[in-house]
Amino acid sequence: MTHPPRKAVILGATRGMGRALSRKLVERGDRVFLLGRTPADLARSASDLTIRGSALAVGFHECDLERPATFAPALSAADAALGGFDTVIVTAASFASQAELEGDPALLGRLLTVDFTNTILFCEESRKRLLARGGGTLCVFSSVAGERGRKPVALYGAAKAGLSRYLEALDHRHHGQGLHVLTVKPGFVRTGMTAGLKAPPFAGDPDEVAARVVKALDSGQPEVYAPLPWGPIMKVIRNLPRFVMRRIKF
Amino acid sequence: MSTTMEQPPQLTGWGRIPGHGRELVSEDLERLTEHAVLSRGLGRSYGDSALPPPSVDAVATTTLADRLLAFEPKSGLLHAEAGLSLYTLNQIFLPRGYFVPVTPGTQFVTLGGMVGSDVHGKEHHVRGCFGEHVTRLKMRVADGRILWCSDDEHPELFRATLGGMGLTGHILEVVFHLRRIASPWIRQHSRRVDDIDEYIDALKDGAKKWPYTVGWLDCLTPGRHLGRGILLAGDWADPALAPARPPRRLPSVTMPLELPSFVLGQTTTKIFNTGLYWTHLPRTRDRLISWETFFYPLDALRKWNLMYGPRGFTQYQCVLPERAGRGAARRVLEVLTRRGGASFLCVIKDCGPQGKGILSFPMAGVSIALDIAVRDDTQALIDALNECVLAEGGRIYLSKDRFTRREHFLAMEPRLPEFQRIRAQWDPKGLIRSAQSVRLFGDRP
Repeated sequence: MTHPPRKAVILGATRGMGRALSRKLVERGDRVFLLGRTPADLARSASDLTIRGSALAVGFHECDLERPATFAPALSAADAALGGFDTVIVTAASFASQAELEGDPALLGRLLTVDFTNTILFCEESRKRLLARGGGTLCVFSSVAGERGRKPVALYGAAKAGLSRYLEALDHRHHGQGLHVLTVKPGFVRTGMTAGLKAPPFAGDPDEVAARVVKALDSGQPEVYAPLPWGPIMKVIRNLPRFVMRRIKF
Repeated sequence: MSTTMEQPPQLTGWGRIPGHGRELVSEDLERLTEHAVLSRGLGRSYGDSALPPPSVDAVATTTLADRLLAFEPKSGLLHAEAGLSLYTLNQIFLPRGYFVPVTPGTQFVTLGGMVGSDVHGKEHHVRGCFGEHVTRLKMRVADGRILWCSDDEHPELFRATLGGMGLTGHILEVVFHLRRIASPWIRQHSRRVDDIDEYIDALKDGAKKWPYTVGWLDCLTPGRHLGRGILLAGDWADPALAPARPPRRLPSVTMPLELPSFVLGQTTTKIFNTGLYWTHLPRTRDRLISWETFFYPLDALRKWNLMYGPRGFTQYQCVLPERAGRGAARRVLEVLTRRGGASFLCVIKDCGPQGKGILSFPMAGVSIALDIAVRDDTQALIDALNECVLAEGGRIYLSKDRFTRREHFLAMEPRLPEFQRIRAQWDPKGLIRSAQSVRLFGDRP
């Protein structure tokens, strides 16, 4: 590895893409600290990562995107354990289908709060800490669902669109101060989150996403689509005229 | 992107014979198995053992539950979630000098599957089945409880679960021993064998000197040379004699499309088998090869099951007891050739004594595995093979089976009543079951 080992905090490392990404980081010698909702589940992921190749035992702390009060103590715990982190990664989010969200306003409210408001609150807390030490990396998983107003992801996509816009501005605002903001835009990835949905063509696996994200972390680029085909696919979709978007189901 | 359409409800075993069902997946096995009737791993059992019974539409697929939970480097004791694949395990532990005590012929299996099938391999004559090396299992049983079983805790459940085809409950976590290996290289000795009878002696002889033995045989050349082939034996190479660098990983290509059914016909099979036999020109050959080439040659061609065309294929694997004598293997092969059956790949292996799994497949004797493309007469061929095996006192391997009739299975398995008694204790309502257990064990559909 050309870069010195990272000291990364990961919110959402127990599942899906977060699990794959944290494994990739540990296997190449980075140090990680896990944040998540359930301590017992975090402990299992911490063991997994420790056995897979962490030189030191991987630590963890409770942190719940539904409870912003948990953010600051969790980041402080990570800071203490890692001796000052330089990278914060957020893969956690809520997901539900358009039909479920339309039918359950309470669920919709929770999802919008978690995926937009609270994720931004967590990023703000992280950004401040990183800037205070002269910069670092903030890597956040948004989604291709936020790229264009699309029928099947009207609500989930709205939260992700807002998040992507915030991250874009963060990059504009703090790039000069040494803050590398990386917005990850996964397309359809086969994980526990998307289980039961019909996989479209170009559906990818968490490992493919993790490999592209690790590359993007090191190269310093501000944005990455993953798996690979989703960059060009979204380019087309962003440019489709309204009368087409009204007609297609995608 | 996220349309809410369900997966089309079709699920098959590795043999790709059309079946029904869909897979539910989650990282959280405890939640996933709460209402499931069956767990499924990577779907490498050939027939219908990982398919739901007719009245149920889904199985719980464990592959996302793949975390390592504890490892003691000194003893090699590993504790992991049941969906962990052998492929990942090898990737992590082989470079550190550890290997599974028992490996099947593919890495694309899960730990849970290895327990459920109580897999065996080239080392069976010295190390028995995988189950012999498992110390504890965490399970969800039919009444919803989650509990541990081992030789000391619920020992009957433990013994029934090793080789129990997932029918005693859902396997959530597995604790077992890895073994230390000398190097990641294999010293392979191979030898041309003239016929099936010589094979039996060659295997016996090889077993005395080598911890790993297996034979490939040509079962299409009838008469005197029936069952000629190449015997492979191996052991981990002494590091002083092996290259210092780790072996290159096996390149893998994916079968791009399904071949039409006629491709693997009698003629092509004959050409392939004769060719394979004569590529081994010298009588014996010794070389150093990578662990992957030695243990998992077929893994290099991902999705090789597409070769057998739209109707799929089955594997017929049986074990013939020692007391059936030297001629038993020949008699089985003759059933195949007499009926004009062609097996693209035939594998023979001598087995050590039966292990502790109540329904575990191997027994002291010789095991033969035949890959058979599905044709109109496949049922009749399997029936004939089963009648022969039954007469010899042998039995079949459930993980491969799709065609055996219930009456044949019952006649082959005097062990079944004990297994069913234990199963009934843990699952009095008969909730946990598979398409195969409906077909062979008489479970309710």
